[in-house]
Amino acid sequence: MAAVILQAVGVSKAFGGIRAVDDVDFDLARGEIHALIGPNGAGKTTFVSLLSGRIASDAGQIVLGVQNITKLPAYTRVQLGIAYTFQITSIFPGLSVFDNVALAVQSKGTRDLVDEVSLALQRVGLTDHNAQIAKTLSYGHQRLLELAMGLALKPQVLILDEPTQGLAAGEIAAFAALIRTLVPRTTVLLIEHNMEVVMDLADRITVLNHGKVLARGTPAEIRANTAVQTAYLGGGEDAAA
Amino acid sequence: MTDTAKVWGLHIGVLAGLLAAQHLLPVYYANQLARILILAIFAMGYNIAHGYTGLLSLGHALFFAIGMYGAGLAVWQVEWTAFPALGIGLVAGGVSAGVVGLLALRTSGVSFMIVTLMFAQAGYLTILYFGTYTGGDEGFVVEAVGRQVFGYNLAHDGPRATAAFALFAIALLTNLWLVRSPFGRVMVAMRENEDRSRMLGYNPFRIKLIVLVISGVYAGLAGAAYGILFGYVGASFATVQYSILPLLYSLLGGAGTVLGPVLGTALMFALIEMASLVTSAQLLVVGVALVALVLFAPRGLLGAVRERWLKWLP
Repeated sequence: MAAVILQAVGVSKAFGGIRAVDDVDFDLARGEIHALIGPNGAGKTTFVSLLSGRIASDAGQIVLGVQNITKLPAYTRVQLGIAYTFQITSIFPGLSVFDNVALAVQSKGTRDLVDEVSLALQRVGLTDHNAQIAKTLSYGHQRLLELAMGLALKPQVLILDEPTQGLAAGEIAAFAALIRTLVPRTTVLLIEHNMEVVMDLADRITVLNHGKVLARGTPAEIRANTAVQTAYLGGGEDAAA
Repeated sequence: MTDTAKVWGLHIGVLAGLLAAQHLLPVYYANQLARILILAIFAMGYNIAHGYTGLLSLGHALFFAIGMYGAGLAVWQVEWTAFPALGIGLVAGGVSAGVVGLLALRTSGVSFMIVTLMFAQAGYLTILYFGTYTGGDEGFVVEAVGRQVFGYNLAHDGPRATAAFALFAIALLTNLWLVRSPFGRVMVAMRENEDRSRMLGYNPFRIKLIVLVISGVYAGLAGAAYGILFGYVGASFATVQYSILPLLYSLLGGAGTVLGPVLGTALMFALIEMASLVTSAQLLVVGVALVALVLFAPRGLLGAVRERWLKWLP
């Protein structure tokens, strides 16, 4: 298998009495598309928030390449190459589409904003909306803008939190095609509920349930896994035990 | 015409208009205009923090007063002339804003407002407490030596007007350049969505600290210039009123626009002047004006103009 680019060892996070992420080991191979799935409340978003640094972990270690990033703040992790796109669309509503993406481009110290921004917008198909104020975009277009900002960071690891939520069928197909063009230069970690997209795109899948890793494998292996089936259909705790 | 050409054209046009006004207006009004220009520098600095970056501070009286006292005391105690005294005021404003920022920026929103207010009140009380050196609540007059610059006497109307205009022009053009720079875009990003900015690799604390220092430099320069040009340094300039005034100026003219604070300062000045002709309750008129503003133009005058007509207005 290819070298590991991002690794989590024994990572945990509790909110009050709830162990949202419970002693999770996880690794991301350089250049793969890795999907993270699981029922609602399984701890997927919390887990990637620990990876991206939006939330501090209670225990465990996170390593990017050879660097231990466990204690680093989120913005430093972004500078090191971990980009995160939000589940709930998070853009700069009052700024133009151009400015939204330019903020991502210039954070890398790039001077040539115009070319880089138009490249990112072209990839998600928002070129015509360059000058539009972001809040006036349709919901689907805001999702694509969010993705363009992630791409413009040119990350090593791109974490996408439910990127296809709210997209129309045609947009989803275009999205899948786009993600395929990113690898192997960028490694993609994808939280996704749309199983068609997951099975189509992912090289490997990790299934979380009740904050623990329930299963890991290729799409075919996960499809055949009875514990995963049980978790999705109910009775997850017995299956996890 | 490109937007860039329109923007620079407009701002240089405004400067030209102000310069002409200084020479055409009767002496009394020209002097008032000099006062407005200096306070507009203060309001512009406030607007960089509040209007552009979303930092609602109630502590700017401290930076203004520290600039004023820094310059005034440099003249009084060590007999500096106007130019270095202005320099020390400007630096003092920036440094004090940096120190306050290091502590206050651990908070945000209402807490930030309260913490900065407390710092400013502590500054005001410090001035009163060390009355032997600061002149206490009576303040002190800036001596003639401190009002000399390159052989000109700033106590005279002509040199004073020119100095006020020169400082204002530098402050305005710097402000315009700043908000149109890549860093200006990051400032607005902090105001619009701090969490997203962080996830684009920006350190919000660092950005906001830099902004507060820039804002403090403006306040310090304005305070120093006010003391030197008008010849008086006093504790009343450190009261909470001087934290609220630049907020009102920029809200009235349009927070988050370059010319808004300038327009707001001028209008508020004119409003108080006219109101005081007909009533002794001139602050009531100001209050009514502000209520009307909140009801009918919540983004301020130039904010409304930008929304409706001039989308390119920075």
